[in-house]
Amino acid sequence: MNDRAPPVRAFAPSLAVSDLWVTYANGVTAVQGAGFALRAGTITALVGVNGSGKSSLFKAIMGFLTPARGTVTLSGRPVREALKAGLVAYVPQAEEVDWTFPVLVEDVVMMGRYGRMNLMRIPRAVDRAAVSAALERVGLADLRKRQIGELSGGQRKRVFLARAMAQESEIILLDEPFTGVDVTTENAIIALLRAMRDEGRLMLVSTHNLGSVPDFCDEVVLFNKTVLAQGPTATTFTEANLATAFGGSLRHIRLGGGALHDDDDDRRVTVLTDDERPLVLYGPRDAETLVKRPPEEPR
Amino acid sequence: MSFSALLLDPLSHGFMQRGLAAALLVALVCATLSCFLVLRGWSLMGDAVSHAVLPGIIVAELLALPLTLGAFVAGLFTAWLTGRMAGASRIRPDAVMAILFSGMFALGLVLFLKIETDQHLTHILFGNMLGLEWRDVLEIALIALPTTLIVLAKRRDLLLAGFDPAHARAIGLSVSRLDSLLLILLALAIVAAMKAVGVLLVVAMLIAPGAIAALLSQRFDRMLPIAIAAATLSSLAGTLLSFHVDAATGPAIVVFQSGLVALAIAFRRLKSRAAMA
Amino acid sequence: MDILLEPFAYSYMTRAIVVSALVGALCGALSAFLVLKGWSLMGDALSHAVVPGVAIAAIAGYPFALGAFLSGLLAAGGIALVRRLTALKEDVAIGLIFTGFFALGLLIVSLRPTSVSVQTIAFGNILAISDADILQVVAIAVLALVLLVIRWRDLMLAFFDEAQARISGLDPWRLRLLFFALLSAASVAAMQAVGAILVIAMVVTPGATAYLLTNRFGVMLGLAAALGAACGGVGAYASFFLDGATGGLIVLMQTALFALAFLFAPQHGQWRAWRLRRAATAGEP
Repeated sequence: MNDRAPPVRAFAPSLAVSDLWVTYANGVTAVQGAGFALRAGTITALVGVNGSGKSSLFKAIMGFLTPARGTVTLSGRPVREALKAGLVAYVPQAEEVDWTFPVLVEDVVMMGRYGRMNLMRIPRAVDRAAVSAALERVGLADLRKRQIGELSGGQRKRVFLARAMAQESEIILLDEPFTGVDVTTENAIIALLRAMRDEGRLMLVSTHNLGSVPDFCDEVVLFNKTVLAQGPTATTFTEANLATAFGGSLRHIRLGGGALHDDDDDRRVTVLTDDERPLVLYGPRDAETLVKRPPEEPR
Repeated sequence: MSFSALLLDPLSHGFMQRGLAAALLVALVCATLSCFLVLRGWSLMGDAVSHAVLPGIIVAELLALPLTLGAFVAGLFTAWLTGRMAGASRIRPDAVMAILFSGMFALGLVLFLKIETDQHLTHILFGNMLGLEWRDVLEIALIALPTTLIVLAKRRDLLLAGFDPAHARAIGLSVSRLDSLLLILLALAIVAAMKAVGVLLVVAMLIAPGAIAALLSQRFDRMLPIAIAAATLSSLAGTLLSFHVDAATGPAIVVFQSGLVALAIAFRRLKSRAAMA
Repeated sequence: MDILLEPFAYSYMTRAIVVSALVGALCGALSAFLVLKGWSLMGDALSHAVVPGVAIAAIAGYPFALGAFLSGLLAAGGIALVRRLTALKEDVAIGLIFTGFFALGLLIVSLRPTSVSVQTIAFGNILAISDADILQVVAIAVLALVLLVIRWRDLMLAFFDEAQARISGLDPWRLRLLFFALLSAASVAAMQAVGAILVIAMVVTPGATAYLLTNRFGVMLGLAAALGAACGGVGAYASFFLDGATGGLIVLMQTALFALAFLFAPQHGQWRAWRLRRAATAGEP
């Protein structure tokens, strides 16, 4: 049981999905022939409307449901093997968690270590050290003895990020990490994700929070039952692609001409939003570019 | 077996006449209430209140008060306490209910041992359908019939409060008052059923008829007659069955009722399959 | 002093105390899981559902544990079947099956009154338990407790976060099955001590009390097991002076401890909540 290799610091993850089909017992096909490949050291946004099959795709990647057709390969291995090796971590949505459960912050983070422990899951010094280090990194070391329900929304998110860190997984899946958190927390989480990316991990973030995608995602997969577009954020996350992915369900505000400029400047502002932070594009007609957020002012 | 041997022979005995009358009264009141309990998600409440009446009976015996009064107060007190405690702590409502009713029942058992009483514990727990006096039947009727009438008179309000509390409030009904009313009626039904089928089996009478009705009809107005018919049939068949094979009456009624549930499920499946074909 | 030690002079009392404590510990430990998942009704359902199995086993001369286990399995299958075939809510499905099974058990007993008494099924009879039954109960309880000691962290993870359990290479369904197997075994054992009707208290109350006293699952589990063992042992001991009602005394003690915790638990008690509320309103003009 203890013969598992020591944690590998040099991450070399990859994630490949090819011709994936997911069909449920009631006949609904949630994923229809999806295919994409992701590289180490990148953060990829999985963007699509509610009901687009994002969560079915996630479940297939984590091996929770068996695809009707197609394969998922994690760091060159089939899903089951990759899970056994502890390669994959998952950060759940807030509403999936029972916050009244009597577990402390450190207990939850320790759960990330279970795959590496013996049959009785008794923590060793190396497990405790990993938990402490992870808590330190997400800034929750002071709160480690709190019951999880006593934390604020942003702190709760960070607990599960810390668990993914303690798990030392090279592939991390995040499900709507920004739902219900304030801007400060969002920035803190983004900073952590960037740092983890720079260590060489691979992250796939399911989100419909369009505005934050250009801030931290290197790649984008636009998804609706299948992959509509995939590529670097700058070239893929365009108004035209988003319009395809979201159909008519996006709020679309455009300012240009006399409404924006006193002269005949043809640059215009486009705001795309569903319910959270809007995506803002600005520039000459046909050459609008993403407006990144200005750097946060120190508080 | 001829009709007369099946039906008339048993009814020539006075104890069978009394038992059958009690069984039918209990079936009527429990079936009427069960439609509301099943739709409301209160099936467990019947279980809780029926167990909780035990210490009330024994204390009433001690104070020389009517047993039904003691049972009613104890049952209602437990239901009220469950409501108060459920929201007040981190313990889930289902656990609060389980703790309170088992605690009350345990209290009843211990009190029973310490108190000289001519009450038979098995009669309280399992009923004594075939040992009832006409006085007992009259008492059951005096509780069961008004309770049934109140439920029927208030059925639209009770239904609305269960189905759409916000709308009920908007049109000026007090949902909490209707909830309390339903609890009081429930406690009354249990007290009425106690002497006949016993506190342990009354919960079956409070679930199965409503479930059968919900399986066979989508319309609430039809559920009530279906539930009453199913419960009446079960009581009749169970009582006669227990006479002929010499088995306990309460369990026989409930087992027959379970058979009807199985039939209702099968019927529903066949019907939906026919609709799909 | 002598009168307090008197129960220990009788071997049947000593056995009853030890067995009750053991069964209390097992049920208490399981209650920690049950309370958190909102499955209290399942404990009640299982203990009632095993009655026909016990009755038939008694008539046929098989070990009661076997009959109880098969009967519990059938009931669990029945609940699942009703849920699949109909749109009835879960509480209705559970209620239908367990009352039906319980009534069937009572009917069987009433048809063959000599084989096993209704009293024994309903209230248990730990003071008069036979050696063979003791062996069964002790074997069940010890095996189940050992399994719990080894696997509680995995069970906790599977109950708290199924996705993480799968990702860690655990099979939540297998763990859930293990849990329900342990729970049915515990129900069978507890039936001997307190009877079918009061099993629910054994598998709910200690866990709820412990939940009011701690924020850590490991502590909660140990505390619930300790409370269950203490109430089991002390209840059996006290029943010597009351000539029986062992089950009633055990459960009454558990309920009393719960009431104390509910009112006076340091962090989650009503007394503290009341004082905090008063302090908050007193601060305002």
